[in-house]
Amino acid sequence: MATVTFDKATRVYPGTERPAVDALDLHIEDGEFLVLVGPSGCGKSTSLRMLAGLEDVNAGRILIGDRDVTDVQPKDRDIAMVFQNYALYPHMTVADNMGFALKIAGTPKAEIRTRVEEAAKILDLTQYLDRKPKALSGGQRQRVAMGRAIVRQPRVFLMDEPLSNLDAKLRVQTRTQIASLQRRLGVTTVYVTHDQTEALTMGDRIAVLKDGLLQQVGTPRDMYDTPANVFVAGFIGSPAMNIGTFPLTDGVAKVGSASIQVPRDALGTLAADDNNSITIGFRPEALDVVPQGTPDSIPVSVNIVEELGSDAFVYGSLVGDAGAAEVRSGAGDSQVIVRVDPRQVPAKGETINVRIRTGEQHLFHAGSGERIAL
Amino acid sequence: MTPRTRLQITAAAPDPALLDLPWDVPLADWPADQLAALPRGISRHTVRFARLSGRVIAIKEIGETVAYREYELLRQLSKLDVPSVDPVGVITGRTAPDGEPLEAVLITQHLRFSLPYRALFSQSLRPDTATRLIDALAVLMVRLHLAGFYWGDVSLSNTLFRRDAETFAAYLVDAETGDLHDTLTDGQRGYDLEVARVNIIGELMDLQAGEFLEEEVDAVAIGEMLVDRYQELWTALTTAESFGLDERWRVQARIERLNDLGFDVGELDITTDLDGTTVRIQPKVVDAGHHSRRLMRLTGLDVQENQARRLLNDLDQYRAATDRQNDDETFVAHDWLTEVFEPAVRAVPRALRPKLEPAQVYHELLDHRWFLSERKGRDVPMREAVTSYVEDILPERPDEESVLGVSAADLREDPDVVGVPQD
Repeated sequence: MATVTFDKATRVYPGTERPAVDALDLHIEDGEFLVLVGPSGCGKSTSLRMLAGLEDVNAGRILIGDRDVTDVQPKDRDIAMVFQNYALYPHMTVADNMGFALKIAGTPKAEIRTRVEEAAKILDLTQYLDRKPKALSGGQRQRVAMGRAIVRQPRVFLMDEPLSNLDAKLRVQTRTQIASLQRRLGVTTVYVTHDQTEALTMGDRIAVLKDGLLQQVGTPRDMYDTPANVFVAGFIGSPAMNIGTFPLTDGVAKVGSASIQVPRDALGTLAADDNNSITIGFRPEALDVVPQGTPDSIPVSVNIVEELGSDAFVYGSLVGDAGAAEVRSGAGDSQVIVRVDPRQVPAKGETINVRIRTGEQHLFHAGSGERIAL
Repeated sequence: MTPRTRLQITAAAPDPALLDLPWDVPLADWPADQLAALPRGISRHTVRFARLSGRVIAIKEIGETVAYREYELLRQLSKLDVPSVDPVGVITGRTAPDGEPLEAVLITQHLRFSLPYRALFSQSLRPDTATRLIDALAVLMVRLHLAGFYWGDVSLSNTLFRRDAETFAAYLVDAETGDLHDTLTDGQRGYDLEVARVNIIGELMDLQAGEFLEEEVDAVAIGEMLVDRYQELWTALTTAESFGLDERWRVQARIERLNDLGFDVGELDITTDLDGTTVRIQPKVVDAGHHSRRLMRLTGLDVQENQARRLLNDLDQYRAATDRQNDDETFVAHDWLTEVFEPAVRAVPRALRPKLEPAQVYHELLDHRWFLSERKGRDVPMREAVTSYVEDILPERPDEESVLGVSAADLREDPDVVGVPQD
């Protein structure tokens, strides 16, 4: 087991000017499950492949433990790429399927058996060790494939979108299995996904990337509660945060036909490129439906109600023209999403009044998009 | 039945017969009469072979995004002239009669006269068969890497082999995990090789576990042989060499060495140092198929590299035997084609033609003639050799055009295939 350190690691593809990964600084603790997440082209897979040794590091370095592996061949890095190939050998027993890499490496038979048995115990496969893969269920077969990586006892596991091939149901199941297995094994794991739900549910910490730049790294809670900038705010969370940029008049933001008081401390931090505007984010679940006329309340015209049983979401538009066009959410531009009591859902066409719960609004610079820390 | 309104077929040249296949049935449950019984490699997906308009196609159930991605990659590989299977199309929007959505499929053309490794690595594996298969795979990997293709999952299961004179030519079958880059990093090449080594050893150990391959065969040594062969070839094709200005003949020698390996030099980087006493050369662009291109230019025959080598040798002998060394090579080649090659290949009855490709038949004929001549102590003419070959040798060979209805174990390499039958 080991820590992993990206030290200003940079990858520039030949013939391109902008780095695919730009001076990435990231320290991953021993035993930690770190998820690299971001939209396609953000550099997450490239970062993982740099760690794997598949991509050259053009500047900076990468360490596994205290060892600088920047110029070390993939096979000598003591890492395992999980799920790269989970085809099992039909004529070999489950035990042989798990242990054959050790056999190739010349590990003594007794030690192979011990390691295979240990892995089988963790994977709940002990009773199947002498069977052939044909006798196993799909999920068990997948665990055998994982066992193959586990018995090698690598210092780091690397996983690149391992669930992308599975259907939705199996994806959720396998997600939980991988996360709990990783915790039991305690092997440092770097996991790449484009799916923020996967990131939130699996990672000890999440690193969000965009355009090759690290946006923020922190626990799922950090990312959700205090996103460092507008991008992270909009990317993490489902349904996504409502985010709007509003003009300021005497310290008050004009949100549709409503006005929201902006804290004085925040006003003090505004810069010239904020252009006397402020970006406010509020999650669908950070809104209370309040009676009309409540101070700081925002009228929302209901377009659609989505009922999910345990939850209900209103997709609506801000009432009043000013600024309405600049709001966006997971539902698209000029739409806001409000979580409402599933037992009291408004009707389509109705106008409801919502208020951002105290302390649950997020303020960002309209110019830079950076969070305004209060 | 629910109308299959959402079924979507993406193909460069769609064959209407595709619509007749039972897309509303999971591939694993397809009726036997739709299927062609080809031996299958180890795959994590359901793969089946089906007949379509007189040819055989391979169908793989796979996620939609991955299917489109692999289809596109295979198209690009075909354009780059890398030995790989040709993609036919992608079908999405499949639903079962009960409305349950079914996985997308990727369809590829079955490679005619190709043999899966399970048919070749078998009980009677001769050491040189293993060497020849590994050599073929090493050449394929070098060609893929030169083209910037990172395979990600090199294995015998993901490769098909075609006979190529006394050797084999390897083709890429599965590009699911691959990526096309401008150039590969040493890390990518190294990782591909390591995956190949481990997979090959695993596949051979699996054959041993199933008692298809003798215990004595050293699987680890065969896997390691791939790494050595690859490194040798890669070094020969790409390293820079330096020499004194008075040794300029070494430029031509390097080109000839590459030609012998079956490669043409498309671009050679030549630099001299400042005082002009040493020259440094490094091949920048090398293209496989030196001999097959030459044969194509001379005769129009499109065959594999070592088959071409063999045919070109025969052409040279014909030229010497007919004393036409001073004639234009293309005229001689034309005469050789019409007077020697074509009559010999046409003498094979139609019913026996699915046994082997014509160029492979000719290669075996040359061998057979040599054996006959040796046994009879005289120069046996081609016509006589053909008659004997068609009567005694070819009927004993399995049909290899599309290895149908034959279990892999029946397709062993027979040490006597090109020899003379025992009377």
